[in-house]
Amino acid sequence: MTSSSGATAVSFQNVSRHYGAVKAVDDVNFDIRDGEFFAMLGPSGSGKTTCLRLIAGFEQPTAGHVVVHGVNMNGVPPYDRDVNTVFQDYALFPHMTVLDNVAYGLMIRKVPVAQRRQQAEEMLEMVALGGFGGRKPSQLSGGQRQRVALARALVNHPKVLLLDEPLGALDLKLREQMQVELKAIQRRVGITFVYVTHDQGEALSMSDRVAVFNQGKIEQLASPIELYEKPATTFVAGFVGISNLLEGAAARAATGAEQACSIRPEKIHLERSDAAIPADAMTARGRVSSILYLGANTRYEVALEGGGELTVTLQNREAHAEPAEGETVQLWWEARHLMRFAQ
Amino acid sequence: MTTTGAARPRSLSNSFSTFLYQRPRLVLALLLVPPLLWLGIIYLGSLFTLLAQSFFSIDDFTAQTIYEPTLATYARLFTATNLSIIFRTLAMASVVTVISGIIAFPLAYYIARFASGRMKALFYVAVMLPLWSNYLVRVYAWKLILAKEGAIHWSINSLGLGPVLDWILTLPVVEGSSLSTSYIGTTLTFVYIWLPFMVLPIQAALERVPRSLLEASSDLGARPNETFRKVIFPLAIPGIAAGSIFTFSLTLGDYIIPQLIGSSRPFIGQAVYQFQGTAGDIPMAAAFAMVPIVIMAIYLAIAKRLGAFDAL
Repeated sequence: MTSSSGATAVSFQNVSRHYGAVKAVDDVNFDIRDGEFFAMLGPSGSGKTTCLRLIAGFEQPTAGHVVVHGVNMNGVPPYDRDVNTVFQDYALFPHMTVLDNVAYGLMIRKVPVAQRRQQAEEMLEMVALGGFGGRKPSQLSGGQRQRVALARALVNHPKVLLLDEPLGALDLKLREQMQVELKAIQRRVGITFVYVTHDQGEALSMSDRVAVFNQGKIEQLASPIELYEKPATTFVAGFVGISNLLEGAAARAATGAEQACSIRPEKIHLERSDAAIPADAMTARGRVSSILYLGANTRYEVALEGGGELTVTLQNREAHAEPAEGETVQLWWEARHLMRFAQ
Repeated sequence: MTTTGAARPRSLSNSFSTFLYQRPRLVLALLLVPPLLWLGIIYLGSLFTLLAQSFFSIDDFTAQTIYEPTLATYARLFTATNLSIIFRTLAMASVVTVISGIIAFPLAYYIARFASGRMKALFYVAVMLPLWSNYLVRVYAWKLILAKEGAIHWSINSLGLGPVLDWILTLPVVEGSSLSTSYIGTTLTFVYIWLPFMVLPIQAALERVPRSLLEASSDLGARPNETFRKVIFPLAIPGIAAGSIFTFSLTLGDYIIPQLIGSSRPFIGQAVYQFQGTAGDIPMAAAFAMVPIVIMAIYLAIAKRLGAFDAL
């Protein structure tokens, strides 16, 4: 409510959505700032999609209020809300041309034919589909359909654009390309994007802020960097990136305290068993249990002598003498990189 | 030792499977030949024979078929009596189709969109149940229901609306002494008998419309009635077209309902029945039988032209 970057676009105030005994969303409070790229990240069934549907109006809260630009949306049907959605399955109307799909919202608002054609065509140009207006959705590829769905929503200039796993059905290359484009489009139009995904890479690469959902609640709401470097809970540490979680005896053996902790794989140095190690570093000894060569880097699984297992990634900057599987190695890291969690 | 393939012991059925697996064309042939024989020889063959018959004529004096190609039989279709038979059947098929569509749509919509689990099963059974009992029994049942002493007349008389019904029955075209001897009765019975054939295709078409399309429409500002007109109805049209093909063609060809219920004026089916039976005029019966086929071809062409199958 007191955000430096201006107004609040969407505000969840003690919002719950229950289905019988299932608490899909459980007393959630958060604000989405106007104009930001906001991601809702979490595993399936964590409540992120339900939150999106609460903003869109497809669901009504069991308790609490969803407020969009200062207006309480309880009881307001989807067609009276100034938000638009890009659906996971795109939901393009199969009996209409691409242009008619894009112009649908304008047609409903009785925009004159010539004007709506022009606006729809401009929007198709923006998503790099100029000249595709006469085709049917069935004649487009998955990536093209995705762009049409985006154009169909954006042409209405909504106050908030909701995106429900929009890249989920695309292959990896296309997905990465669309991530860059989505981000660029968001900057250009300046509309608040609310983006639901279960892909942490997507959330980190595109968003200004990310809310991590788990079991109907928000575990952490922070910038991507903060989320990765300072995860608030073991769940966030595990869901965003590789967690390397050490607990109980294993934690005591590696850090001296029984408190749960974790170290990102790229922060760990891996040395031969006889190598010299900086005196102020935290260390652990272990045996390489598996090696995964990934091209740009190599991932080592090291079984620690004190119990537990750590993943270490090494950049393959140059060919170096790697430890072999089964070899005993020393691991070390700087104390400031250790992330500790309250139990 | 070098062994290739055949990890399992080579039983007879196993090697037969392998034999077929290596010959996909043979499998295709085995699958297609029986139905193609059926369709080709028995169905198309008899249809062709029918067509051929219609180009022969009958000797008025000896009542023997003259096996010489002629259009004379077709010319006889265009007498006033025969044209009125064709027109009467066509009008009845159209009216029955429209009424079936109007009754079937809300029902199909409810089954597809709102009913679930047990309720849906119940509706399926309710729609299909009439098909489980004998057609003749159901038509005779309607004859009794519609008769002057039947349930409908009795109910309407009890409500004091008897004069209204009597007045309706004196209207031109309708004209009959009771519902069971008027076109109203014929129409009601046709609609009842063919309704499942209209409900099921519409329901199937509506079932295929994903919920997200309706949400997308609503999301883009369309009120429920607009979503219905712009999204649901257009996507249901192939189902309505399929259903109407059933009701329309089944009504065109039926000869039992108009025989038992309604005015005694004949329909195409009865004409075919009389020409091939009592009159022994096979060429004329064949020519008459061609009429529904031609009408259906025209009907399908119009439906296609109007884009009824575009959303398929």
